[in-house]
This record gives sequence, structure tokens and C-alpha cells, in this order.
Amino acid sequence: MDNELIVKLENVTKRFPAGKTEFTALSNINLTFGKGEFAGLVGPSGSGKTTLLNIIGSLDTPTEGKAIVLGKTINSLSHKEAAALRNYGIGFIFQTYNLLPVYSVYDNVEFALLLQTMGSTQRKKAVMEALDWVGLADRASSKPSTLSGGECQRVAIARAMVKRPQLVLADEPSANLDSNNSHNIVQTMKRLNKELNTTFIFSTHDQKVMQYLERVIYLKDGKVERDETGGNNHAGI
Amino acid sequence: MKKFLLKGIFNDKGRSLLPIIVVATGTMVTVLLYSWITGIMGESIEMSSNMNTGDLKVMTRLYAEDYEQLPNDLAILNADALIAELKEMEPSVEWVKRIRFGALADFPDSLGETRGQGPVAGWAIDMLTTGTKEPHRFNLEGSVIQGSLPKSPGQCLLSEDLAKKFSIGPGDSFTLFGTTMEGGFSFRNFTVSGTVRFGAAGLDRGAVIIDISDAQSAFGMESAAGEILGYLPDTWYDDDVALSIKDKFNQKYSGDTDGFAPVMMTLKEQSGMADMVEYTNYISGLMVFIFVAAMSIVLWNGGLLGGLRRYTEFGVRLALGEDKGHIYKTLLYEALMIGTIGSILGTIIGVLIVLYLNVHGVNLSGMMKNSTLLLPSIFRPAITSTIYYIGFIPGIFSMILGNGIAGLGIYKRETARLFNELEV
Repeated sequence: MDNELIVKLENVTKRFPAGKTEFTALSNINLTFGKGEFAGLVGPSGSGKTTLLNIIGSLDTPTEGKAIVLGKTINSLSHKEAAALRNYGIGFIFQTYNLLPVYSVYDNVEFALLLQTMGSTQRKKAVMEALDWVGLADRASSKPSTLSGGECQRVAIARAMVKRPQLVLADEPSANLDSNNSHNIVQTMKRLNKELNTTFIFSTHDQKVMQYLERVIYLKDGKVERDETGGNNHAGI
Repeated sequence: MKKFLLKGIFNDKGRSLLPIIVVATGTMVTVLLYSWITGIMGESIEMSSNMNTGDLKVMTRLYAEDYEQLPNDLAILNADALIAELKEMEPSVEWVKRIRFGALADFPDSLGETRGQGPVAGWAIDMLTTGTKEPHRFNLEGSVIQGSLPKSPGQCLLSEDLAKKFSIGPGDSFTLFGTTMEGGFSFRNFTVSGTVRFGAAGLDRGAVIIDISDAQSAFGMESAAGEILGYLPDTWYDDDVALSIKDKFNQKYSGDTDGFAPVMMTLKEQSGMADMVEYTNYISGLMVFIFVAAMSIVLWNGGLLGGLRRYTEFGVRLALGEDKGHIYKTLLYEALMIGTIGSILGTIIGVLIVLYLNVHGVNLSGMMKNSTLLLPSIFRPAITSTIYYIGFIPGIFSMILGNGIAGLGIYKRETARLFNELEV
């Protein structure tokens, strides 16, 4: 892992209005993620995992504190700047894949690049390379409806990786997959993490995922309970 | 990105099928209605021009003050000299003499006693001069039901309905009672050479058509004419050209205070024709507006439903780094493409129907029985260059408006909820 900082969270607090009061989803979070980390946010439902991913992914801003992602201070970004940060720097992998059903596998992966200024030849090369990473180059022209759940998630990984982002955020990526597929998916991401030196941050409570994580951050009631580095010893959550 | 959006339109029937059907239907109906209204109005204007108003009409000032009453006692006295002057001034315009009159027709029995009488509306036109275009202007050859066109003075044409009513046919004679130019009583016998049906209820009830020389002789109007009509060389009436000729002519006589000095009027200035021309334009504009509004509401709803159906897609696109403004722009671009496709389809279908109806016509004579207007009984939609593009106005505009309003919802989407929304 390099020393370069990808994410720096300083006293990040997030509150949401709840009727006449406020609900504190995150409280004074201080975390940093370096380049090439393969880390997970772990905790029960309501512990603040998704809220933290939202802030790191520039989808939301902290109520207090400061979040710096890829050198940009999330607090001060406009909608357009936040979109540009996601477009060029951050890949997203969702629990339910969220592929666009009317487009082919190739189109789904290519879409991430259409938002960037890239020539068609270069784009095609990048898409086929990304599909090759996940072993689906031969299914490029297939529609998502003809793929299995595991294959769909691999397409989603290709879509997240095709623009070679520095940071990938994956929210419960194995939740809808069986045991074999879960392992395959996480192994694929781990391989890409090593080959491309991309930082992966997961939100998960899946044991199968956790055993691959090099760092696990335990969240409870919006606070960091534990931050363990070492990997492969994160059972018992 | 354009290719990507086009793929979406063609692959996703839910995104494109309903809007294309709505747009194509609206476009088709717009094309049909526009050409229908233009056709009816155009044919009515053309018919009025040929039979009644001309593209230009010259009368005496006093006649013009009350021209709808056909006051032949105020007719132009030296019509041939005035025609020569008009020809010199505007050689490209065809100038013809006309006498319109109301009279009583007396139909005799075999003993020469009155068998029946009825009022007739009379047209005196040049039917006997070699090369005259007046019979063609009235479509006399095509309108003959029995007999033939007059070949010599003293012969006339009667409307078929009138002839039937009084059991009279080609070869029979009758007497026409009228008034002379001096206000005296006049009568003249005519022989029916043929009967005609124009397909215009107002004419077919009781028209008699005689040669202008017979009318001049019968009504004491030698060398006179009630009206001189001018026909522009173009097929369709051109108000700008007509106005410039009128202004030029009237300017020439502006200093003449004589009540019998000639004055010129354009088609648009006569018999409510201006209203008809304006009405045509108004109806066309109103129709386009109504279709834009109605289709926009349908497509707005379609856009809202589409927005709900594509909620996940927009969420993914936001998460992948597309900004809201760009998504909104792509929605408008999709609307433009769908609107264009629907408009092309609707225009093709509409034009094909117009072509069919233009050839075959629609016979509405049954509905026109009691009409006093100079309207044709067989209506045909008009084929003009406008029908090839008028449908695109409501087609594209309504699609963009409908989707533009529906798509505003994208700006209300909170990115902070994307993970939750996308994982349901």
C-alpha cells in the first residue's frame, strides 16, 4: 500500500432531521484510507456504513467536520463538481447490480466512459479490457437479463473499473449472491486491487467478504468502534 | 452519447412506443385537418373567385357601395374601353366583363301559357367568343348534365335542379323577366341548350347562365357591364399582387369625383372573403396550438410514467457521475429524437391519406342541400408544401414540452439517498 491519501475524514458528523429532532447517523468520524487499500466498513444496520459511503462517494456532505476525497473537499463541492469527481475518480458497485436492462453488457460498461472525453477506439479497447478482467469478454453483446447474478455483479465491477478510478465503493456487493459467486466476486476485486492499485472500500457484514479484507472498520451507532488492520481474522461480527 | 440514447429508444419499447404512437397520431391528424381546412377554404375561395369576385373586381363607385345588391343601373357604361385601359396597365391579368342579375323565369306550357314561375340568379358571361376562358372558369363542360353548352345567342344553361323542378330540358324555351339598366321592365325568351350541376348548393337551386351579349341586349346594357373581373396569372390568389394592382388603379382615379368613376377591389375585400382567408389562418394556428397542448399533456404524463420506470437508471447515472443537467439534456434530446421519428411517421401517413382523399374527394352534397354559400359539394384536402412540415410543430414541440416538464423531477432527486434507492 502506498502512503498517498485517497480519503481523509476529520471529525465527520452527519445528522438527519427526524421530525422535530435530529438523528445522528455519524459522530466525529476520523479515518484515512490510502492508495491501494482493501478495506471494509462493518456494522449492524443503522450503524452508519451507507451514510459514510455516501459522504466518501460525494453523494452527500457532512453536517460537521471535513471529508477530503481524492484531494477534493466534499463539503464545498457543487453538484456538478461532485458529479465530476464521481465520474473520473470513483467507481460504485451496488448490492443489486443496477445494470441498465435495455442495454448490452458492452453498453453498460461503456456508459461510464461516455461521460468522459474519450475517443471511440480508446473507449472500445478500455471496455473490452474491463470485460476481460472480469472474464466476460465473450458476453459483451448479451443483455443483462440473460446473465446470472454473479455475472451481473462482474459486469457491475467492470463498469466501476473501466474508467480506472482511484477509489471503488462497494455497498454489500455479495449480499445477493450465493457462496461461490461471493468468493469469485471478492477474489476478482482483490485481484484488481492488486493489479491496478485501486482503493476498495466495502460496506458489508458478509463473512465471506470480510475474510478478504485487509482492514476492517467496525461501526456502531455512528461511531468507529474498532479499526483493525491485518486481514483474514475478522470473524464473529 | 447520441448513439447510446438511440439504442435506448430502439431497445426500450416502453420508452419510445407510446410517445411515438401519440406523436404520430397527433401529427397525422394535424396534417389531415390542416390540408382539409385549407382545401375547403381554398376551393371555396377559388370557386368564389371564378364565379363571383374574381381576383380583382372593377365597378363604378356607386355600384361598389352596394355591390352585393347587384345594382345594374349603376353599371360601367363603356366597359370595352375600360378593359382596354386595364389590359394596357396590367397585360398579365385577364380582364372579363360580367353581368350578375336577379330575374323571374316563366316556364310556358305547350300552348304558351304560364305553367310555372320561379326566381333565378343569373350570370352573364362570355360564352361565345372564340378562345374565351369563362366556360372553363365555371367548369361548364364538366357540369353539363343534359344537352350542351350554348353555341349561339339566345341559348342558355339552366341549373339541373331548377330544370327538373319545372320539367324543362334542352330545346325548351322560357321567358326571363328582369329590369333594364334604366329601371324599366324587360323580358326575353331563351332556349335551354343544356342543364348544369356545379356541386354548389347555392348555385344549383336556381341558376341561369346566359351569354354577356344577350344580357347586354336584354337589359339595355349595350357596351355596359355590371362588373369587370380580373384574374391573376397564378393559380392561387396572391393578395400582395392583387393589392398592388388595386392601389395602382385606384390611385389613377383618386382625383375623379364622379360616382361612375371606376374603383377596384381585391378578392379579399369582397363578400367576407377577408374573413375567410383570416379564418383559414386562424383555424390552422388554433389547430396546431390545440394539438400542442393536448399532446403535451399526454406526453407529460407519459414522461412522468417513464421517469418512474427509469428511476433506477437515472439513479445509476447520477452515481456514475452524470450531473443532473446532463441527464435533463439527454431527456430533451431523446424527446427530440422520438418527436422527430413520430412526426416523420405521422406526416407520411397523413400525407398518404391526404393524397387519397385529394384524388377521390369527399361528397358532402347531402349536408349542403340548404346552404346559401357558394361552396363546392365535393371537398378535397389541399396538397400544399405546408403539409410536409406542419405536423412537426406539434409533434416535436409537444414531445419536448411534455418531457421537459416531466423531466424536471430529476432536479429534486437527492443523491444522498441513491444507495438506499438503488438497493430496494
